[in-house]
Amino acid sequence: MNNAAPLIAYENVGKSFEQGRAKALDDVSLRVAAGEFLAVVGGSGSGKTTLLRLANRLITPDSGTVRVHGDDVRNVDPIRLRRSIGYVFQSGGLFPHMTVAGNIGITPRLLGAPVQEISARVDELIDLVRLERSHRDRFPHELSGGQRQRVGVARALAGKPKIVLMDEPFGALDPLTRDALGEDYRALHRNFGLTTVMITHDMAEALLLADRVAVMRAGRLVAQGTARELSQSTDAYVGELLNTPRRQAERLRQLLPMDDA
Amino acid sequence: MNFVSDPRWSDALTRLPDYLGNHVRVSLTALALGLAISFPLALMVRRKPVLRDIALGVAGIVQTVPGLALLALFYPLLLALAGLSLQWFGTGFSAFGFLPAVLALALYSMLPVLRNTITGLQGIDPAIIEAAEGVGMTQRQSLVMVELPLALPVIMAGIRTAAVWVIGTATLSTPIGQTSLGNYIFAGLQTQNWVFVLFGCAAAAALALAVDQLLALIETGVRRHSRARIVLGCLGIAALIVATLVPSFARAKNTYIVGAKTFTEQYILSSLIAQRLQAAGLSASPREGLGSAVIFEALAANDIDVYVDYSGTLWVNQFRREIEPRAKLLDDLKTTLKEKYGITQLGDLGFENAYALVMPRKRAEALGIRTIADLAPLAGSMSIAGDYEFFSRPEWTSIKQAYGLSFRRERQMQPDFMYAAVAAGDVDMIAGYTSDGLIAKYDLVVLEDTKAAIPPYDAIVLLSPRRADDAKLSDALQPLLGRIDIAAMRAANLRAAGNDSTSSPDAVARWLWARINK
Repeated sequence: MNNAAPLIAYENVGKSFEQGRAKALDDVSLRVAAGEFLAVVGGSGSGKTTLLRLANRLITPDSGTVRVHGDDVRNVDPIRLRRSIGYVFQSGGLFPHMTVAGNIGITPRLLGAPVQEISARVDELIDLVRLERSHRDRFPHELSGGQRQRVGVARALAGKPKIVLMDEPFGALDPLTRDALGEDYRALHRNFGLTTVMITHDMAEALLLADRVAVMRAGRLVAQGTARELSQSTDAYVGELLNTPRRQAERLRQLLPMDDA
Repeated sequence: MNFVSDPRWSDALTRLPDYLGNHVRVSLTALALGLAISFPLALMVRRKPVLRDIALGVAGIVQTVPGLALLALFYPLLLALAGLSLQWFGTGFSAFGFLPAVLALALYSMLPVLRNTITGLQGIDPAIIEAAEGVGMTQRQSLVMVELPLALPVIMAGIRTAAVWVIGTATLSTPIGQTSLGNYIFAGLQTQNWVFVLFGCAAAAALALAVDQLLALIETGVRRHSRARIVLGCLGIAALIVATLVPSFARAKNTYIVGAKTFTEQYILSSLIAQRLQAAGLSASPREGLGSAVIFEALAANDIDVYVDYSGTLWVNQFRREIEPRAKLLDDLKTTLKEKYGITQLGDLGFENAYALVMPRKRAEALGIRTIADLAPLAGSMSIAGDYEFFSRPEWTSIKQAYGLSFRRERQMQPDFMYAAVAAGDVDMIAGYTSDGLIAKYDLVVLEDTKAAIPPYDAIVLLSPRRADDAKLSDALQPLLGRIDIAAMRAANLRAAGNDSTSSPDAVARWLWARINK
């Protein structure tokens, strides 16, 4: 997939906050191909969230260029750009005063779609993310964490985007819900030919869901590649990050009888 | 007669439509104006810390100014502006009543709205604002679709606080000429009509509570997406607004507005004038509880038509002139009123309400004191009490100079208590008012001012410029001129100091008319 034209391209991007005192990104270059599922892994303060927000111009880079569909985002109307890109927020980011339907339909509404069309689209999305139609008129506080995050995913997909950005989408969920939601999203990504960038601090989740993983540390991109490629990395931090899932996998293999055993 | 069957309740009730209607009108207008200014202002300054602090600071300072003072300050301010407007554009406006009250109350309402709007918007979870941005909302869409709905409860709480404050403070707009529920309170306090005071307080509280609850209903309606609640709340507010229009329709076009200042004698005299006008088939409406400076300017501006003032008050306080011999002063006063203000002095009622040195009759006789001059040699061992302003007034300087008086001690006292204090011997002498009923009650005597150091305080009837040639009005008031002697006025004032149904200004005015019209 690396051979395809990049849909999102970061070219030597730098970004600082607090008038230059806090360096969030330092000369990062990264290409995300169309149809790719990229996970960005790093600890807090590694710059991974900054990387994500640059893609829909919630922030602009100090140096370097960010391109989406080949266009420098600085030359694109940020409002139009954001409406064309799905964004799933940490723990949902749902509007608490809007119903499930209101939240899901927000981007079509902003795009000026007719009410009936929005309503049909909402029903379609509720089915897609495997919510129940009876949840349509509920408010976010009446939903479980997993349901809220499904609404978040549905909202991100409502404008029929080609690109979906996800900010630690499943971090706050219990393991079972997390697994189910991850698998469901993976299917949506495949079926709709989406290009997804997901940030997470969990290497295991990244390896399991994504085609490719980029590792960030202190504002720098330290490694990127498939699971296999990463496992050959000589970087100490990458090795450290891979250690945990490796050890867990080993331990689980010993504890649990395998399917074919 | 018991408390409940007291006829003063029904008297209070008949005034309710007028007072309540005016109160609602001035409060809601002020609230709407305050909202129209402070809400956009809050949106403008909320992300600019310096401007935000300035706006909140100024609104906070306004809040610390006592309500009465704020209202009082707007009157001269508008008066000056009206003068300028007349000079520059050829049209003035009334600086009396509604306008200053609305402006002052609007200013008063700004702080809670400003503060709660800013706080409410700042209190929103930044993650939600980021989400609004992330789904592609413009700043304006984010504000309207997300931030304002989420901040609504806090903003509404501010509006409700403002509403309660404004409705409460509007009772203080009576002295600057705006009829309000405060008319009950001011009149009641002056004439010791506690039924009125209670009624005014209860009505103002009930109104504040009602508006607060209607706003709360609208707020929950918006929050819970309940159209019924919103409609009900809005209907309630609309009903209040309709109710405020009633008094303006009900009032006859050519009504004579009779002014009264803030003390008992004035309430009696304005009632008397209104009764005489009504007896002559004219329509009269009282405008009571006006401040001394306000009432004069209001007359000059044709906002009221007739009231009773005192020659010395006008001469010394209003015109700030030197004290002159009686005849010359009265003559000059009449000319000044006519030439400078177009005000007609219809005539005097026949009594004076002057400052006077007063002491117990028995003591005066024992000491052989009849005039102020007789007092002079003894004053050094005596104490004197006066109201809060007397010892800084020009009359006092004039008396001291004319007679070479010097007292052992000067005390300031609440006017109501002075008479009892001198009767009980707590002080030797008081600076009282000649027409006060308590002089007779406590058997006190007024010392003669043989050197005319105290200016004459003749009660004079003044007509507004536009009523100068109104024959019906002057004819109706003619029977009062020169007919009320000091004894009659003292007796009337004493009656009004009682606390029962026969002591209402209306009842006392009828009694006074019966006495002088023999």
